[in-house]
Amino acid sequence: MSRARADEEEYWHSSKFRAFTFDDEDDELSQLKESKRAVNSLRDIVDDDDDDLEKVSWSGEPVGSISWSIKETASSSSSSLEGRDTSLQKGSSSYAALPKQVSSYSLSSLFKAFSDTGVKNYAPELRRPRAEYKDYSNDWSPRDTVRRMQRGKVCSLERFRSLQDKMVLLDEAVAGHDGNVITAVLIFLKRTLRREVLFRELEVRQVALCHLIHFLKETGEQKLLLDLLRFLDRTEEVALSQYREHLNIQDVEKKREFLKGCIGLPFSAEDISHIQDHYTLLERQIIIETNDRHLAMAGQSEIFRKYPRKASILNMPLVTTLFYSCFYHYTEAEGTFSSPTNLKKTFKIPDKQYVLTALAARAKLRAWEDVDALLTTKNWLGYTKKKAPIGFHRVVEILQRNNAPVQVLQEYVRLVEDVETRLNLATKYKCHDVVIDTYRDLKDRIQLMAYKCKVERGSAEEEKINSLLSNMQIRWKN
Amino acid sequence: MASTARRDAPEPPDFGILKRLARDQLIYLLEQLPGRKDLFIEPDLMSPLDRIANVSVLKQHEVDKLYRVENRPAPSTSDQLCFLVRPRVRTMRYIADIVNADKMSGRSRKYKIIFSPQKFYACEMVLEEEGVFGDVTCDEWSFYLLPLDEDIISMELPEFFRDYFLEGDHRWINSVARALQLLNSLYGPFSRVYGIGRCAKMSYELWRDLEEESENDGQGRKPEIGNIFLMDRDMDYVTALCSQVVYEGLVDDTFRIKCGSVDFGPEVTSSDKSIKVLLNAQDKIFSQIRNEHFSSVFGFLSQKSRNLQAQYDRRQGMDIKQMKNFVSQELKGLKQEHRLLSLHIGACESIMKKKTKQDFQEMIKVEHALLEGFDIRESTSFIEEHIDRQVSPIESLRLMCLLSITENGLIPKDYRSLKTQYLQSYGPEHLLTFHNLKRIGLLTEQAAGETLTAVESRVSKLVTDRAAGKITDAFNSLAKKSNFRAISKKLSLIPRVDGEYNLKMPPDMAYVFSGAYTPLSCKIVEQTERRRTARGATRSALSWRCSWGAAPSPRSPLSASWARREAAGSSS
Repeated sequence: MSRARADEEEYWHSSKFRAFTFDDEDDELSQLKESKRAVNSLRDIVDDDDDDLEKVSWSGEPVGSISWSIKETASSSSSSLEGRDTSLQKGSSSYAALPKQVSSYSLSSLFKAFSDTGVKNYAPELRRPRAEYKDYSNDWSPRDTVRRMQRGKVCSLERFRSLQDKMVLLDEAVAGHDGNVITAVLIFLKRTLRREVLFRELEVRQVALCHLIHFLKETGEQKLLLDLLRFLDRTEEVALSQYREHLNIQDVEKKREFLKGCIGLPFSAEDISHIQDHYTLLERQIIIETNDRHLAMAGQSEIFRKYPRKASILNMPLVTTLFYSCFYHYTEAEGTFSSPTNLKKTFKIPDKQYVLTALAARAKLRAWEDVDALLTTKNWLGYTKKKAPIGFHRVVEILQRNNAPVQVLQEYVRLVEDVETRLNLATKYKCHDVVIDTYRDLKDRIQLMAYKCKVERGSAEEEKINSLLSNMQIRWKN
Repeated sequence: MASTARRDAPEPPDFGILKRLARDQLIYLLEQLPGRKDLFIEPDLMSPLDRIANVSVLKQHEVDKLYRVENRPAPSTSDQLCFLVRPRVRTMRYIADIVNADKMSGRSRKYKIIFSPQKFYACEMVLEEEGVFGDVTCDEWSFYLLPLDEDIISMELPEFFRDYFLEGDHRWINSVARALQLLNSLYGPFSRVYGIGRCAKMSYELWRDLEEESENDGQGRKPEIGNIFLMDRDMDYVTALCSQVVYEGLVDDTFRIKCGSVDFGPEVTSSDKSIKVLLNAQDKIFSQIRNEHFSSVFGFLSQKSRNLQAQYDRRQGMDIKQMKNFVSQELKGLKQEHRLLSLHIGACESIMKKKTKQDFQEMIKVEHALLEGFDIRESTSFIEEHIDRQVSPIESLRLMCLLSITENGLIPKDYRSLKTQYLQSYGPEHLLTFHNLKRIGLLTEQAAGETLTAVESRVSKLVTDRAAGKITDAFNSLAKKSNFRAISKKLSLIPRVDGEYNLKMPPDMAYVFSGAYTPLSCKIVEQTERRRTARGATRSALSWRCSWGAAPSPRSPLSASWARREAAGSSS
């Protein structure tokens, strides 16, 4: 086996948890790239009239597949019928994925075959037996009624008139385990019982109760649902169920009003602050949106001209709003609603979250001085110090993703505390100075010598390495 | 899976019958509405339908145009409309709107609704309320089971989980029972049925009811399916919450495998179009790597591509006759292999790229720490950072749920702060998400003083403070025993490995999670089989009987001893 393979072997065995690495320089990836190159080079040999390839439309659906065809219908629904037909014919050409084997039975022989092999019981009930229509007058027992309903047969429930009969029927349905039948019985009970009576009976029948609640949710009988939940004293669910309605309101002004109303609902103490925040956030977003749309339209503000807004800020999460505000309104005074500091204060955003978001926004604008200022703290003596509540390796990651120049990057790589991580990052991003200094501090002469071949010939870095290596003052450990 | 089956394993039964049955029944139903008609299909039925019929089949049975059921008026001009739908209230309203609009404009058409896999009374009620009952005819397409591969059959009912586990609605249990009946009649009779969980129990009972009623007996046939295991998902959420690290799992994570097929985008196909690829045992490359740990896949693929290269290279120095042979016999196979190979290499590349961005390695480390129950603080702050950075909302939730399940709920302080940050990062409306997760028991808060039992407080009065502290600890661990830790210990789901877990030659099934966890279902099947074959029935193999009951097949007179799911410790 090749050397790479052996390395790989060793790698995967080197630690229990490091089952993965996705370093660019990694053996696997280069191996993969190599394979890809090899395979791609074969393209010349393999011509592309590949008949095994499925025919695929522009949207990626195999031609002739049903999803493809539906898209076609949607896009050409206005076009003529002839066009439709040809595309269908074309469509029917091939879908390699489909089973080629088509049953050679005619339908009648198919069903005959079923009865022959004794597996007819799963064959569809093809025609309702005549007898079914005569059932209305028959007196089926509650148990038989439920059983018949489970088999999908029509059954009249009208003769269950006393409350006791109704409840026996419901209990039978629950015992039968078929939710469809339970719901059917509940629909009947809902129609024939006063709601208070129904609620009272369901309170001691949890399974049936779940079914009714689910049914009311599905059919959208919100008022009855809320009455039921109130009857059951499930106040928190009452509140959540009402709050859920905001999802259906499109108009933001209406939504804001609605959320304002939600603040008074009986939420848990913890959730009430979330609802309050939701309301405040939307209120704030409406103000910012109105303002900024105006600014962008007027074309006066440079930032909006240079980086046009891609979407409205309405209904976005708080962190996204903060990012937006750090991007477009970073320098504003705390008094304005759109300033980051105001947002931070209003919503009690933790320091860590704030730095993370502001950093990402300023790095995106390549405003490196802002990044610097963000991470600099002054102590009471007036000394400045770099501090990052998120860890400097994250800072480096964010900056690197925004293509920060090496000079900027290396300042923060240097501050990464863990030596191994620092070396990794510095090597990866070619912050030579940091690598050299770290090896010097580690007194690792061998590594330093090895690194010499990674820097450019005749560069300042090489000179630095040379001068270090010839420095007699340093006590190398190796 | 069967692709790498042992030599003594029997061939899997021919599940293709299921497809043919479903197709023939659909054709029959379409013929019930003779003449040309437009077909409206529910979006989530399209992928399953694609697997059993294609446009030409539908066209042969006079389907004119196809539409998607969606919230828009339909432009159809046909005189006959057929709807192929799931039994849902909102779909009924959509259909009723079409019918009512026609009525208003004095137009008369024929309408047919085909429910898959069955119709619900609630749907008929809606049709009745909307005043269209009788204007439409209803039918059921008993399409219960779709074979996705040689050895995987799926019901393709994604709403099952939410309906049953969150809403407590038993509406799909009948479908499960009918699917069992179908399997039993085609491939049975089953010799034994095992089950765990409440839903499993109910499905089993309903199925037995159905069987008793039908006169069919499969006696005398040689069963192709021996044992059946029914398991509730809530018995083992951990498996669903851990990151997948075998190739198929990662392809699913990255590209979403739907109904056994996947859409590879332009970044994989290295062209400008997407390709829909069926991932199953027929794909000779895929079938060899699907169950391999991702780390072994690269080596395999590069070996394959070298072989392929070598085979192509043989062309050099061939004379004309050999060349002719080569072209007529080998080239096609090679081309096919080449196509598959380049797709899977492309997929690997995309997976690598995506996972590099996501701190995948860190994430796996955290998952493993959670499973083993150490470094809880570090893991919690990793999750926190994950949320703060607005990395995938699903991944954040997944990690929080894993933390909750393994720790038997979050400490109230952590729960509050993670929840607040989550709402800030991904949107305040997720308040509802948190409520649902709490109800279902996936993400809970430890109740303060939960572990202080009456016994304990009495004991602590009798002994000194320090001893009481120790006792509290003991009680704490005792209380937690009912949950994840107890089960995983009893069944040794978390392998104890000295030194390195060998991923190349994995010693057990836990390799699917890099050696950190064995899926409960697999372990249970293994243990059951082992106990059955080695009748010696050692005590250790029987020790989990308390949470696991074996039900004899319907034809056996023995009564079933079913496990309550409370016994296994879930409390949702």
